[in-house]
Parts: sequence; C-alpha cells; structure tokens
Amino acid sequence: MELFEAISTKINYWVYIVIMMIGLFAMISKNNLIKKLIGMSIFQTAIILFYVSIGVKEGATIPILYHDQVHAAHGDHGEADTSHGEHGAVESHEADIHINPDDFTNPLVHVLMLTAIVVGVSTLGVGLAITQKLHREFGSIEEHEILEIIKSGK
Amino acid sequence: MIEQSPALILIPPFLVAILVALVGFRYQKVCFPLTVLSLAGSVVACVVTLMRVIEGGTIRYFIAGWAPPFGIEFRIDGLNALVAVTVSSVGLLAAIYSKNRVPAENPDKVSQYYTLFLLLITGLLGMVITGDAFNLYVMLEVAALTSYALIAMGPKRATLAAYKYVIMGTIGASFYLLGVGYLYIKTGSLNMFDIHEVLKANDLFGSPAVLVAFIMITVGVWIKMAFFPLHAWLPNSYAYAPTTSSAILGPLVTKVMIYVMIRLTLTVFGVEYTFIQLEWSNIVVWMSVLAILAGSISALAQTDLRKMLAFLIIAEVGYMVGGVWLADETGMIGAIYHIIADAFMTLCVFLFAGILFAKTGKRDLSAMDGQFKKMPLTLVGFLVGAFSLIGIPPTAGFFSKWYLIQGGINSGHYEYVIALLISSLINAVLFFRMIEIAYFGVKPAEGHDHNHSSDHDSGRSEASASMLIPLLITAAILLLIGIFNKDLVAIITDFVSPFNIASGAR
Amino acid sequence: MSAVSDFPDWGDPHSPANSYRLSQGYITDTFPQTSVPNMVTAVLADYRGYDTMFETVVIFTAGIAIIGILRRYGPKDKVIPEQKLYKKEPDLIVETTCRLMIPIIQLFALYVVAHGHHSPGGGFQGGVIFGASFILLALARDLQAAQKWVPESRILKLAGTGIFIYAGFGFLCLLLGSNFLDYAILHKVMGVTPIEARSHSMLGVEIGVAFTVTAIMFSIYSNLASNGYMKEGL
Repeated sequence: MELFEAISTKINYWVYIVIMMIGLFAMISKNNLIKKLIGMSIFQTAIILFYVSIGVKEGATIPILYHDQVHAAHGDHGEADTSHGEHGAVESHEADIHINPDDFTNPLVHVLMLTAIVVGVSTLGVGLAITQKLHREFGSIEEHEILEIIKSGK
Repeated sequence: MIEQSPALILIPPFLVAILVALVGFRYQKVCFPLTVLSLAGSVVACVVTLMRVIEGGTIRYFIAGWAPPFGIEFRIDGLNALVAVTVSSVGLLAAIYSKNRVPAENPDKVSQYYTLFLLLITGLLGMVITGDAFNLYVMLEVAALTSYALIAMGPKRATLAAYKYVIMGTIGASFYLLGVGYLYIKTGSLNMFDIHEVLKANDLFGSPAVLVAFIMITVGVWIKMAFFPLHAWLPNSYAYAPTTSSAILGPLVTKVMIYVMIRLTLTVFGVEYTFIQLEWSNIVVWMSVLAILAGSISALAQTDLRKMLAFLIIAEVGYMVGGVWLADETGMIGAIYHIIADAFMTLCVFLFAGILFAKTGKRDLSAMDGQFKKMPLTLVGFLVGAFSLIGIPPTAGFFSKWYLIQGGINSGHYEYVIALLISSLINAVLFFRMIEIAYFGVKPAEGHDHNHSSDHDSGRSEASASMLIPLLITAAILLLIGIFNKDLVAIITDFVSPFNIASGAR
Repeated sequence: MSAVSDFPDWGDPHSPANSYRLSQGYITDTFPQTSVPNMVTAVLADYRGYDTMFETVVIFTAGIAIIGILRRYGPKDKVIPEQKLYKKEPDLIVETTCRLMIPIIQLFALYVVAHGHHSPGGGFQGGVIFGASFILLALARDLQAAQKWVPESRILKLAGTGIFIYAGFGFLCLLLGSNFLDYAILHKVMGVTPIEARSHSMLGVEIGVAFTVTAIMFSIYSNLASNGYMKEGL
C-alpha cells in the first residue's frame, strides 16, 4: 500500500522517467539515424513533461488573470470599459488587486518549457539536416552501412 | 557607458551576426571586416569589465532591471572576466585567421559561416557571464547548435562526426536541464547564487534529489567537455571540421565547459558539499588520471595531425577536471590558470595545423617535411605552442602545470602528479618528432609533392599574413601569460580564496 | 530514481517550487508591474526577456545552420533531370480548400500574436501558425508557388528583421541610459507610463519573434523538403 501511494502521488514523475528511458534507449541502441532522432525527440518531450509537472497545483487554473479581475483593477480608477486600450493611471493599483497565488499554476515553468520546446525543435531540425546531408553523401541512413563505406572507400 | 560594459560584451557579436546574415547574403566582401570589428569591440568590453572587476570586485548587472531571482543577472567576478577575455580574444584571433580559409573551404556560404561563427562566440560568452542556471542552458544550446553546423559544413567524414556530436551533445544538455529542474523542484529558484542560498538556508544538502541533480549536471557537463569515458564524439569532429571551425571549437568549447563545471561546483553546490560531503574526489581524480593517460596514448597512435591534437585536448581536459577535483586551493588555481593557458596553446597548434593543411593539402605528419626552411616564422609560432603544451618555461604551460602538480602533491594525489608527468613526456615525444621532421625531413628533398613543384627547394614561402599574424600573436600571448604569471595568479587567487578550499595536506 | 520519492507530491500547491517567493512573486506582481494579465507572456517577454531573445536566436541559428549544411547553389548543382521534377497538376478540391483556408490561418496567426497578452499565445505560437500557412501552400501546390511569396532572400530579411526588432528594443533601452532590455525606460519615447511601456514593448518584441519564427519555419521546411535545391517540393 505504501508503494502504491508512493507511485500514485507522484505518478507524473514516474511516467516521465519511463518515457525518458525509452527515448534514451532509442538514442543509444538504434542503428537507423532517423530513429535516433525520434528517440531524441521523445527524450526532450519527457523533460518537458517533468518541468510542467513541477508547476501543477491542485485546484489552480492557467496563469492568466480573469477578465473581471482585470476590470476590477481598472474600474477602481474609473475606467470601467478598458482592459488594454487606454493607457491611463494604472500604476497605482498594486494594493487594489488581491491575487491568491494558489489560484494559478506556476507560470515560470511554462516559460522555461517554451524555451525548451523551441530548442528541441531547432536541434531536431539541425539533426534532420545533417542526416539528409549524410544520405546525400553516403546514400544511406543506417549507421553501420555508413561506417562500412567509410572503411572501404578510403 | 562604462557601467553597461557587461551587456556590451555580448551585443557586438550578436548584432553583427545578424547583420552579416542579412547583408553578407548579397555582399560577401563585408563579412570578414564586420566580424573582426565586432569581435574587437567585444574584446574591448571584456577588458574594460576585467579592469572594473579588479578594481571594484564583483559586478552585478540586472538585465531588464529586474533584481534576481525574478530577472536574469550577469554576475561577473575574477573568474568570469578572465575567461571572457580569453574567449573573446581567441575568437578574434581565429576570425583574423579565417580570412582566406573560409572562402576557400565554403565558397558559397561565407555569410552563413560567419553568422554561425559569431553566434558561437556569442553563445560561449553568454555562458561565461551569466548568473542564471537556465539561461546557461539556453546559451549552451546556442553554442551547441552553431558548433554542430560549423562541423557539418566540412567534408564527408565531418558530417558523420557532427551527427554523433548532435546526439551526444543533446544528451549532455538534456541532463544538464534535468539537473536544473531537480534543483528547481527543491529550491524554487533558478539564479545560481540564490539556489545556493536556499540550499544552505533549508539545509537541503542531504536530500537525494539534490544529489541526483548534482550527478546529472556533472555528467551532462562532462559529456559536453569530452571527459574521458564520454569523449567519443570529440576526436573526429575536431579532426575533420573545416580548419577555422576546429581552430575555434578546439580551444574554446571544452574550456568553457570546464569553466561551467567550476562555476557550478563552487557557486551553486558549494565547496563543502562537492568536496567534503560527497567524498567523490578520489574517484574523480582517478578518472582524470585515466583520461590523461588515455588521451595521451591515443594521441601517440595518430598520424593525422589534427586528430592527434584532438586527443591531446582530451588529455588536457583530464588535467583540468583533475585539478578542480583535487579539492585543493593550489590545484584549483592551476586548473583556472590552465583554462586560459590551454585555450591559447590549443589555438596556437590548431592554427598551425590549419596553415599546414592549407599549404600542403595533407593531413598527416609528413606534411611537416622540411617546413623549417620554407616557413621559419610560422614554425617559430608553432614551437612556442608546442613548448607550452610540453611545459617548458617560460611558456604559459609550464606555470599552469607547476600549480597543478603542486596541488596534487599538497592533497596527496601522487597518481595525478605521475600521470601529468607521463603525459608531458608523451607530449615531448610527439612534438619533438614533429620538429625533427620539420627540420631534417623524412626523406631526401627531391621526393616531394607535385603540388610543390613550383616552389624551389629552399625557397621560403611563409603562410599569408592573415594566417601568420594571429599565430604569432598567440605565441606572444603564451609567452606573456607565462612571464606575467604572478599577476594572473593574483587575480585568480583573489577569486578562489574566499571559498576556503582546504589547502595543504589532509 | 530514488530522488523521485524525495519530490513533493504532484499538484501540491505548497511544494518548494510553487511556494518560493519567485513563483508567487510572478503571480502576484505581474499585473501591477507590467499590466499584462497573461503571466506567461509577461515572464517570457519581460522578466526573462533575455532568455527569450536568445531563444529566438536559437531558432535563427537553426535556420542559418540548415541553410549552411544543406543548401546548394549554382547551376552546376542542377543534377536533377527535368522529368524527375515532379510537377503537380492543380487539383480542384485541394486548390479551393487552400484558397479558403490560408487567409483564415494567417488571420488567426495574427490574432494569436496580438492577443498574447490576454490569452494563451504570443510570438512563437503565432509565428509557427503563420509559417504553417506557407508550408500548406507549398504542400498543396508546389514549392515554387510558395517561393513566389517568400523567396530565400526575403526569408533571411524577415528573420533578421525580427531579431533586430527584439534586440533593437533592448538596445534602445541601453542607449536611453537604462539596463539592456529594461523596457520601462521606453516610456520616454512612447509617451505612456513606465508600466504601460513594458506592456507595449512586449507586444513589439512578440511581433519581432513572430517574424523570425515565420521565416525560419518555412526556411527549414523548404530546405529539408527539397534537399537543399529549393527547386522541388515533396
């Protein structure tokens, strides 16, 4: 029962480890260069899952303020109809808004993962480009075949 | 403007990189001068920053004006500033060298090449001056992506090497990212100094998550720096890349990763945790001994000049990792000193290898044949670099090895000292073999290549000025670092001593 | 793996990562300090704007790197025989659908970029959608048709301009005497309060990001799909 609890309360973290291991396995053991890149993608996705899991809070919502909260803030200064169009005196309303941090999930991890996604896509793109160049030069995307060509074709 | 100097380190190469991509597409001629100018600007900013650090201590620069941990900060102390100066000046020298080589090796893609080159320098400098753990990851990826491309733009074999580098590099960076995530989950912060404060305040050093974070970050960084068992990607990538690429990647990438390791062990985890609580020192020092020996012996087996140098880099990485993990103040000083010295001496020999390749078109040692007569000045530059790698005074390599050996003796790691000495001996064998070939030649003078048939036997044909000048400047810098080693060590000591690393016998 | 049992429970609002002053500070202070309701956008473009700038650079790097690795220029590289160049017959259904879809996709992309302050979205997302519209065009017709809209030189111009917009905002702050990327100082130029200036600058940099991402997405696709010739699509 204890074991079950240890797993169920942290299910995301366990799942992330499993996915990560699948990715790592593909990256290391596969012979096909494209499959390796797929493994790399899985690996990076697992990390994204891990980070996003950090930011989750029970009963919280996406980290965007509700419209009525925004309106309330503006409304206190007599600008009931604006949410972004007007550039009036908005700087003095710090005290007026009551935001409970427990109502929103952690925004930071989402920002970090946007970066990580972009990095992942870029790496994948460069990896594919290199694979394509390899195919152009060696006519194969199987690692052992390329190695054979290098050995024999000296 | 002076107080903006930390930002100005990065901005010139960064903006000019994009400018080169835009303008250079049409006008290839402007790429080179723009590159050199921007890097010179960056060097000036680095030097100004170093001066400010020496005068006024650590500089903190809040990007976007948000105080950490909310915003990202540059936090520059003696170590950062020194490494930043090294990185930018190595970049500048390699850029001057590249003038003729880039159009020769990648005629269609000059502007792309220079864009990537500048972005690589930007990434490395960004890694050096940042004080934020996640920002370091972003910069790491900028540097990594550019270096994949710079390698892959080489000939056939380089492409496969670049592919391996992509896979290994991504694993390394991902491990680093995971480690940062583990730290974040326990501390809730991303700023390096803030993480350390939280770890101390909440006494989290015993936590297994922090231990795993430490392991992941260390292994990730080791993969990136090609520490011995994880080095497989390095030799081929550096040996087959375009010559300018290896002249810039060889000296810088591994060195900057070692800087990152020092930064993380000293600043984020703290000396007490890394060296005393974990009791890893012995194992890691033994690993570095293996790295030194393996690197040196593999280098001995190579006939390809650049591949030999690439294996030497692996041995040098072993020196520095070992020096850090000796857990001794002198060893740490030696390791930091060696980062700077090694960046320049690796640059020196790689520049020479590039020149030789450009002159003769041959990759192996026989290219050295009789070169003493043909280009004596170039050879003098090379000799300084070779002597430095062997460790002959008064070159920089001697003093860094001196400190490393002293550190090894202080902390009682005699195996490390012996490995260092053996490796120096092997270097001596390697380089004296080359010098011998260069001076006496392997075969009678009439049997040389057809592509030299136009040259006279004894006719001098120095490398062109754009290649020769950076080589000679590098050699001069090596001598200068060696001669003024006291001043340099003073700066490093100022940085190291507050950390109270145990010194003396234990 | 033993570390997992040391982790705080999943979804616990009081785990260290969520209860530390960093995350809470972002949640409570974002709106007063920047007047942007979407915290993710605010943290992305302002607090950690430096990260995001280099994230854009990563994309740009990838684009340049792929051009550097794959692109082949010049007439001597025209080794594909003409008959192998697969000319697509215009298909009525595909053509019409695309004609209807592409404007809507592009409009939606602009909306995502512009409304990033208030709803999920922003430069990256919008840029990807916009880039996808060109890729759809290339898939439905052929690469040449899409290249008419975004030829290679324009791709580089777009991508470079995007980063210049971003870095330009940062550099302008620096010239005005503040720290790099400190948008608050821009209120001198914009004629609004410092807090509003942050909000508007964020929109500006998001547009810059969108430019770069759009251009590079299409560039990556066209290079990969045509094996570097930029002649023939998939």
